[in-house]
Amino acid sequence: MSDSKKKYILHLADNALILGHRLSEWCGHGPVLEQDIAMSNIALDLIGQARNWYQLRARLDEADITEDDLAYLRDIRQYRNLLLLEQENQDFAYTVVRQFLWDSYHHALLSDLMDSSDQDLRAVAQKSFKEVQYHLKWSSEWMIRLGDGTEISHQKMQTALNDLWYYADECFVSSEYEEELVKNNVITDPSILAKAVKKMREEIIQRATLDFPEEVYAQRGGKEGIHTEQMGYILADLQYMQRTYPNAKW
Amino acid sequence: MINQEWPLWEIFIRSRNGLSHKHVGSLHAADAEMAMSNARDVYTRRSEGISIWVVESSKIVASNPEDQGPLFEPAANKVYRHPTFYDLPDGLEHM
Repeated sequence: MSDSKKKYILHLADNALILGHRLSEWCGHGPVLEQDIAMSNIALDLIGQARNWYQLRARLDEADITEDDLAYLRDIRQYRNLLLLEQENQDFAYTVVRQFLWDSYHHALLSDLMDSSDQDLRAVAQKSFKEVQYHLKWSSEWMIRLGDGTEISHQKMQTALNDLWYYADECFVSSEYEEELVKNNVITDPSILAKAVKKMREEIIQRATLDFPEEVYAQRGGKEGIHTEQMGYILADLQYMQRTYPNAKW
Repeated sequence: MINQEWPLWEIFIRSRNGLSHKHVGSLHAADAEMAMSNARDVYTRRSEGISIWVVESSKIVASNPEDQGPLFEPAANKVYRHPTFYDLPDGLEHM
Protein backbone atom coordinates (compact mmCIF):
# COMPACT_ATOMS: atom_id res chain seq x y z
CA MET A 1 0.00 0.00 0.00
CA SER A 2 2.73 2.49 0.94
CA ASP A 3 4.59 1.52 -2.23
CA SER A 4 1.48 2.27 -4.28
CA LYS A 5 1.03 5.58 -2.55
CA LYS A 6 4.60 6.56 -3.41
CA LYS A 7 4.13 5.68 -7.05
CA TYR A 8 0.84 7.53 -7.13
CA ILE A 9 2.37 10.68 -5.68
CA LEU A 10 5.09 10.55 -8.33
CA HIS A 11 2.39 10.19 -10.98
CA LEU A 12 0.72 13.36 -9.66
CA ALA A 13 4.01 15.21 -9.36
CA ASP A 14 5.21 14.24 -12.84
CA ASN A 15 1.89 15.31 -14.39
CA ALA A 16 2.32 18.79 -12.95
CA LEU A 17 6.03 19.05 -13.74
CA ILE A 18 5.82 17.95 -17.35
CA LEU A 19 2.82 20.10 -18.27
CA GLY A 20 4.35 23.01 -16.35
CA HIS A 21 7.50 22.59 -18.39
CA ARG A 22 5.58 22.45 -21.65
CA LEU A 23 3.71 25.65 -20.82
CA SER A 24 6.90 27.38 -19.78
CA GLU A 25 8.15 26.84 -23.34
CA TRP A 26 5.60 29.47 -24.37
CA CYS A 27 7.23 32.12 -22.22
CA GLY A 28 8.27 34.94 -24.55
CA HIS A 29 6.52 33.29 -27.52
CA GLY A 30 2.83 33.69 -26.67
CA PRO A 31 0.37 34.76 -29.39
CA VAL A 32 -0.29 38.02 -27.51
CA LEU A 33 1.41 39.49 -24.47
CA GLU A 34 -1.55 38.90 -22.17
CA GLN A 35 -1.74 35.19 -23.01
CA ASP A 36 2.01 34.83 -22.75
CA ILE A 37 1.67 35.94 -19.15
CA ALA A 38 -1.45 33.82 -18.57
CA MET A 39 0.34 30.65 -19.71
CA SER A 40 3.41 31.46 -17.66
CA ASN A 41 1.15 31.91 -14.63
CA ILE A 42 -0.38 28.49 -15.16
CA ALA A 43 3.09 27.01 -15.69
CA LEU A 44 4.21 28.45 -12.38
CA ASP A 45 1.10 27.15 -10.61
CA LEU A 46 1.81 23.66 -11.92
CA ILE A 47 5.48 23.71 -11.04
CA GLY A 48 4.50 24.86 -7.55
CA GLN A 49 2.11 21.92 -7.33
CA ALA A 50 4.80 19.57 -8.61
CA ARG A 51 7.09 20.79 -5.84
CA ASN A 52 4.46 20.08 -3.20
CA TRP A 53 4.00 16.54 -4.49
CA TYR A 54 7.75 15.88 -4.85
CA GLN A 55 8.43 17.22 -1.37
CA LEU A 56 5.77 14.92 0.03
CA ARG A 57 7.21 12.00 -1.91
CA ALA A 58 10.74 12.78 -0.72
CA ARG A 59 9.53 12.86 2.88
CA LEU A 60 8.07 9.37 2.50
CA ASP A 61 11.31 7.94 1.13
CA GLU A 62 13.59 5.80 3.26
CA ALA A 63 16.60 7.35 1.57
CA ASP A 64 17.63 10.93 2.17
CA ILE A 65 16.46 12.46 -1.10
CA THR A 66 15.14 15.86 -2.12
CA GLU A 67 12.51 17.14 -4.52
CA ASP A 68 15.31 17.99 -6.96
CA ASP A 69 16.59 14.41 -7.08
CA LEU A 70 13.10 13.33 -8.05
CA ALA A 71 12.49 16.04 -10.61
CA TYR A 72 15.88 16.04 -12.29
CA LEU A 73 17.69 12.77 -11.78
CA ARG A 74 15.35 9.97 -12.76
CA ASP A 75 15.38 8.09 -16.02
CA ILE A 76 12.57 8.28 -18.52
CA ARG A 77 11.02 4.94 -17.49
CA GLN A 78 10.61 6.22 -13.95
CA TYR A 79 8.41 9.16 -14.96
CA ARG A 80 4.73 8.40 -14.54
CA ASN A 81 3.00 11.36 -16.17
CA LEU A 82 0.14 11.00 -18.63
CA LEU A 83 1.12 10.89 -22.32
CA LEU A 84 -1.21 13.81 -23.05
CA LEU A 85 0.91 16.18 -21.00
CA GLU A 86 4.19 15.50 -22.76
CA GLN A 87 2.76 16.22 -26.23
CA GLU A 88 4.28 19.21 -27.97
CA ASN A 89 2.78 22.69 -27.84
CA GLN A 90 2.52 22.80 -31.65
CA ASP A 91 0.38 25.93 -31.73
CA PHE A 92 -1.99 27.79 -29.43
CA ALA A 93 -4.91 25.53 -30.44
CA TYR A 94 -3.05 22.34 -29.41
CA THR A 95 -1.96 23.99 -26.20
CA VAL A 96 -5.51 25.03 -25.32
CA VAL A 97 -7.02 21.63 -26.15
CA ARG A 98 -4.32 19.77 -24.22
CA GLN A 99 -4.89 22.11 -21.29
CA PHE A 100 -8.65 21.69 -21.37
CA LEU A 101 -8.53 17.89 -21.58
CA TRP A 102 -6.18 17.88 -18.61
CA ASP A 103 -7.97 20.55 -16.56
CA SER A 104 -11.33 18.82 -16.92
CA TYR A 105 -9.78 15.71 -15.38
CA HIS A 106 -7.47 17.49 -12.92
CA HIS A 107 -10.39 19.44 -11.49
CA ALA A 108 -12.43 16.28 -10.85
CA LEU A 109 -9.37 14.46 -9.51
CA LEU A 110 -8.49 17.12 -6.95
CA SER A 111 -12.13 17.51 -5.89
CA ASP A 112 -12.05 13.81 -5.13
CA LEU A 113 -8.64 13.83 -3.42
CA MET A 114 -9.80 16.62 -1.12
CA ASP A 115 -12.06 13.97 0.46
CA SER A 116 -9.40 11.25 0.52
CA SER A 117 -8.90 9.24 3.68
CA ASP A 118 -5.19 9.96 3.28
CA GLN A 119 -4.21 13.16 5.02
CA ASP A 120 -1.13 13.83 2.85
CA LEU A 121 -3.03 13.59 -0.43
CA ARG A 122 -5.85 15.66 0.99
CA ALA A 123 -3.56 18.49 2.07
CA VAL A 124 -1.79 18.99 -1.27
CA ALA A 125 -5.05 18.63 -3.19
CA GLN A 126 -6.64 21.36 -1.09
CA LYS A 127 -3.70 23.68 -1.70
CA SER A 128 -3.92 23.21 -5.47
CA PHE A 129 -7.65 23.26 -6.04
CA LYS A 130 -8.28 26.99 -6.42
CA GLU A 131 -5.50 27.29 -8.96
CA VAL A 132 -6.99 24.49 -10.98
CA GLN A 133 -10.44 26.06 -10.85
CA TYR A 134 -8.91 29.04 -12.63
CA HIS A 135 -7.00 26.85 -15.12
CA LEU A 136 -10.25 25.14 -16.09
CA LYS A 137 -12.00 28.46 -16.52
CA TRP A 138 -9.14 29.74 -18.70
CA SER A 139 -8.97 26.69 -20.95
CA SER A 140 -12.77 26.34 -21.24
CA GLU A 141 -13.10 29.96 -22.31
CA TRP A 142 -10.43 29.55 -24.97
CA MET A 143 -11.96 26.30 -26.20
CA ILE A 144 -15.22 28.14 -26.80
CA ARG A 145 -13.65 31.32 -28.14
CA LEU A 146 -11.47 29.60 -30.72
CA GLY A 147 -13.83 26.74 -31.55
CA ASP A 148 -16.69 29.15 -32.05
CA GLY A 149 -14.41 31.78 -33.58
CA THR A 150 -13.32 32.23 -37.17
CA GLU A 151 -13.25 29.52 -39.80
CA ILE A 152 -9.50 29.13 -39.38
CA SER A 153 -9.53 29.03 -35.57
CA HIS A 154 -12.36 26.49 -35.65
CA GLN A 155 -10.47 24.26 -38.03
CA LYS A 156 -7.25 24.46 -36.01
CA MET A 157 -9.11 23.55 -32.84
CA GLN A 158 -10.86 20.61 -34.50
CA THR A 159 -7.52 19.28 -35.78
CA ALA A 160 -5.93 19.63 -32.35
CA LEU A 161 -8.89 17.95 -30.67
CA ASN A 162 -8.88 15.03 -33.11
CA ASP A 163 -5.12 14.55 -32.76
CA LEU A 164 -5.01 14.75 -28.98
CA TRP A 165 -8.08 12.60 -28.54
CA TYR A 166 -5.86 9.48 -28.57
CA TYR A 167 -4.44 10.67 -25.25
CA ALA A 168 -7.65 12.03 -23.72
CA ASP A 169 -8.77 8.94 -21.82
CA GLU A 170 -5.54 7.48 -20.48
CA CYS A 171 -6.34 9.20 -17.19
CA PHE A 172 -9.40 6.97 -16.71
CA VAL A 173 -7.50 3.68 -17.05
CA SER A 174 -6.25 2.55 -13.66
CA SER A 175 -2.64 1.58 -13.14
CA GLU A 176 -1.81 -1.17 -10.66
CA TYR A 177 -0.93 1.34 -7.99
CA GLU A 178 -4.21 3.17 -8.46
CA GLU A 179 -6.12 -0.10 -8.21
CA GLU A 180 -4.39 -0.83 -4.95
CA LEU A 181 -5.28 2.61 -3.58
CA VAL A 182 -8.88 2.20 -4.73
CA LYS A 183 -9.03 -1.13 -2.89
CA ASN A 184 -7.85 0.59 0.26
CA ASN A 185 -10.42 3.36 -0.12
CA VAL A 186 -7.75 6.03 -0.50
CA ILE A 187 -8.82 7.26 -3.94
CA THR A 188 -11.88 6.84 -6.14
CA ASP A 189 -11.58 4.60 -9.17
CA PRO A 190 -10.66 6.92 -12.08
CA SER A 191 -13.25 5.21 -14.26
CA ILE A 192 -15.89 6.52 -11.85
CA LEU A 193 -14.55 10.06 -12.18
CA ALA A 194 -14.74 9.57 -15.95
CA LYS A 195 -18.50 10.04 -16.04
CA ALA A 196 -18.50 13.62 -14.75
CA VAL A 197 -15.35 14.54 -16.69
CA LYS A 198 -16.72 13.27 -19.99
CA LYS A 199 -19.93 15.14 -19.42
CA MET A 200 -18.07 18.38 -18.84
CA ARG A 201 -15.87 17.79 -21.91
CA GLU A 202 -18.94 17.12 -24.01
CA GLU A 203 -20.59 20.29 -22.86
CA ILE A 204 -17.62 22.53 -23.64
CA ILE A 205 -16.87 20.82 -26.97
CA GLN A 206 -20.47 21.37 -27.92
CA ARG A 207 -20.46 25.03 -26.88
CA ALA A 208 -17.25 25.42 -28.88
CA THR A 209 -19.25 24.13 -31.87
CA LEU A 210 -16.61 21.43 -32.40
CA ASP A 211 -17.41 17.90 -33.53
CA PHE A 212 -17.01 15.31 -30.83
CA PRO A 213 -14.17 13.07 -32.06
CA GLU A 214 -14.88 9.47 -32.89
CA GLU A 215 -14.16 6.84 -30.29
CA VAL A 216 -10.50 5.81 -30.56
CA TYR A 217 -8.36 3.32 -28.71
CA ALA A 218 -6.88 5.25 -25.78
CA GLN A 219 -3.09 5.38 -25.88
CA ARG A 220 -1.66 4.43 -22.53
CA GLY A 221 1.59 3.63 -20.79
CA GLY A 222 2.55 6.95 -19.24
CA LYS A 223 1.38 5.92 -15.79
CA GLU A 224 3.77 2.95 -15.98
CA GLY A 225 6.70 4.88 -17.45
CA ILE A 226 6.26 4.01 -21.12
CA HIS A 227 6.35 7.30 -22.96
CA THR A 228 6.07 8.79 -26.41
CA GLU A 229 9.03 10.14 -28.33
CA GLN A 230 8.44 13.69 -27.06
CA MET A 231 9.31 12.77 -23.49
CA GLY A 232 13.01 12.22 -24.18
CA TYR A 233 13.38 15.74 -25.53
CA ILE A 234 11.68 17.23 -22.49
CA LEU A 235 13.97 15.38 -20.12
CA ALA A 236 17.02 16.38 -22.12
CA ASP A 237 15.98 19.99 -21.65
CA LEU A 238 14.98 19.60 -18.01
CA GLN A 239 17.93 17.53 -16.87
CA TYR A 240 20.78 18.98 -18.88
CA MET A 241 22.08 21.28 -16.14
CA GLN A 242 21.93 18.76 -13.31
CA ARG A 243 23.48 16.02 -15.43
CA THR A 244 26.25 18.23 -16.78
CA TYR A 245 27.05 20.02 -13.54
CA PRO A 246 25.93 17.67 -10.76
CA ASN A 247 24.78 19.47 -7.62
CA ALA A 248 25.11 22.87 -9.27
CA LYS A 249 23.49 25.57 -7.16
CA TRP A 250 22.49 29.16 -7.81
CA MET B 1 -1.81 41.23 -36.23
CA ILE B 2 -4.58 39.91 -34.03
CA ASN B 3 -3.53 42.48 -31.44
CA GLN B 4 -4.58 45.42 -33.55
CA GLU B 5 -8.09 44.08 -33.93
CA TRP B 6 -8.67 43.83 -30.21
CA PRO B 7 -9.78 46.98 -28.45
CA LEU B 8 -7.85 48.53 -25.61
CA TRP B 9 -9.14 48.30 -22.03
CA GLU B 10 -8.22 50.37 -19.00
CA ILE B 11 -7.70 48.41 -15.81
CA PHE B 12 -8.49 49.60 -12.30
CA ILE B 13 -7.55 47.61 -9.20
CA ARG B 14 -8.63 48.02 -5.60
CA SER B 15 -5.81 46.88 -3.40
CA ARG B 16 -7.90 46.37 -0.29
CA ASN B 17 -11.25 47.12 1.28
CA GLY B 18 -11.86 50.75 2.06
CA LEU B 19 -9.59 52.06 -0.67
CA SER B 20 -10.79 53.17 -4.07
CA HIS B 21 -9.95 51.54 -7.39
CA LYS B 22 -6.79 52.88 -8.94
CA HIS B 23 -5.78 52.95 -12.56
CA VAL B 24 -2.93 50.46 -13.07
CA GLY B 25 -2.56 50.24 -16.84
CA SER B 26 -4.20 48.97 -19.98
CA LEU B 27 -4.33 45.83 -22.11
CA HIS B 28 -5.89 44.36 -25.22
CA ALA B 29 -8.87 41.99 -25.15
CA ALA B 30 -11.65 40.92 -27.47
CA ASP B 31 -14.42 41.49 -24.92
CA ALA B 32 -15.13 42.29 -21.29
CA GLU B 33 -14.78 38.71 -20.11
CA MET B 34 -11.36 38.33 -21.71
CA ALA B 35 -10.34 41.75 -20.41
CA MET B 36 -11.20 40.59 -16.90
CA SER B 37 -9.17 37.37 -17.23
CA ASN B 38 -6.25 39.22 -18.77
CA ALA B 39 -6.34 41.85 -16.04
CA ARG B 40 -6.25 39.13 -13.43
CA ASP B 41 -3.25 37.50 -15.11
CA VAL B 42 -1.32 40.65 -15.92
CA TYR B 43 -2.03 42.92 -12.95
CA THR B 44 -2.77 40.77 -9.89
CA ARG B 45 0.03 38.19 -10.07
CA ARG B 46 1.71 39.61 -6.99
CA SER B 47 -1.39 39.94 -4.81
CA GLU B 48 -1.99 43.52 -5.86
CA GLY B 49 -5.71 43.48 -5.46
CA ILE B 50 -9.06 42.14 -4.37
CA SER B 51 -11.28 43.78 -6.97
CA ILE B 52 -10.91 44.60 -10.66
CA TRP B 53 -12.72 47.06 -12.90
CA VAL B 54 -12.23 46.94 -16.67
CA VAL B 55 -13.42 49.75 -18.94
CA GLU B 56 -13.07 49.91 -22.67
CA SER B 57 -10.70 52.79 -23.31
CA SER B 58 -12.92 54.25 -26.02
CA LYS B 59 -15.75 54.62 -23.47
CA ILE B 60 -13.73 57.01 -21.38
CA VAL B 61 -14.39 60.68 -22.05
CA ALA B 62 -11.24 62.70 -21.45
CA SER B 63 -10.72 66.43 -21.17
CA ASN B 64 -9.07 68.08 -24.13
CA PRO B 65 -5.50 69.31 -23.44
CA GLU B 66 -6.31 72.45 -25.47
CA ASP B 67 -9.03 73.36 -22.97
CA GLN B 68 -6.60 73.43 -20.06
CA GLY B 69 -6.74 77.22 -19.85
CA PRO B 70 -10.48 77.76 -19.44
CA LEU B 71 -10.91 74.53 -17.44
CA PHE B 72 -8.19 74.77 -14.85
CA GLU B 73 -6.54 78.16 -14.74
CA PRO B 74 -9.46 80.07 -13.20
CA ALA B 75 -9.00 77.98 -10.05
CA ALA B 76 -5.37 79.03 -9.72
CA ASN B 77 -6.00 82.53 -8.31
CA LYS B 78 -8.80 81.70 -5.89
CA VAL B 79 -6.82 81.04 -2.78
CA TYR B 80 -9.92 81.56 -0.62
CA ARG B 81 -11.13 78.14 -1.79
CA HIS B 82 -8.33 76.50 0.17
CA PRO B 83 -8.86 76.16 3.89
CA THR B 84 -5.65 77.99 4.71
CA PHE B 85 -7.06 80.96 6.65
CA TYR B 86 -7.80 79.25 9.93
CA ASP B 87 -5.65 79.77 12.99
CA LEU B 88 -4.89 76.34 14.24
CA PRO B 89 -4.49 75.85 17.96
CA ASP B 90 -1.06 74.61 19.06
CA GLY B 91 -0.85 70.92 19.57
CA LEU B 92 -3.27 70.03 16.79
CA GLU B 93 -1.65 67.25 14.83
CA HIS B 94 -2.15 65.62 11.46
CA MET B 95 -3.26 68.73 9.58
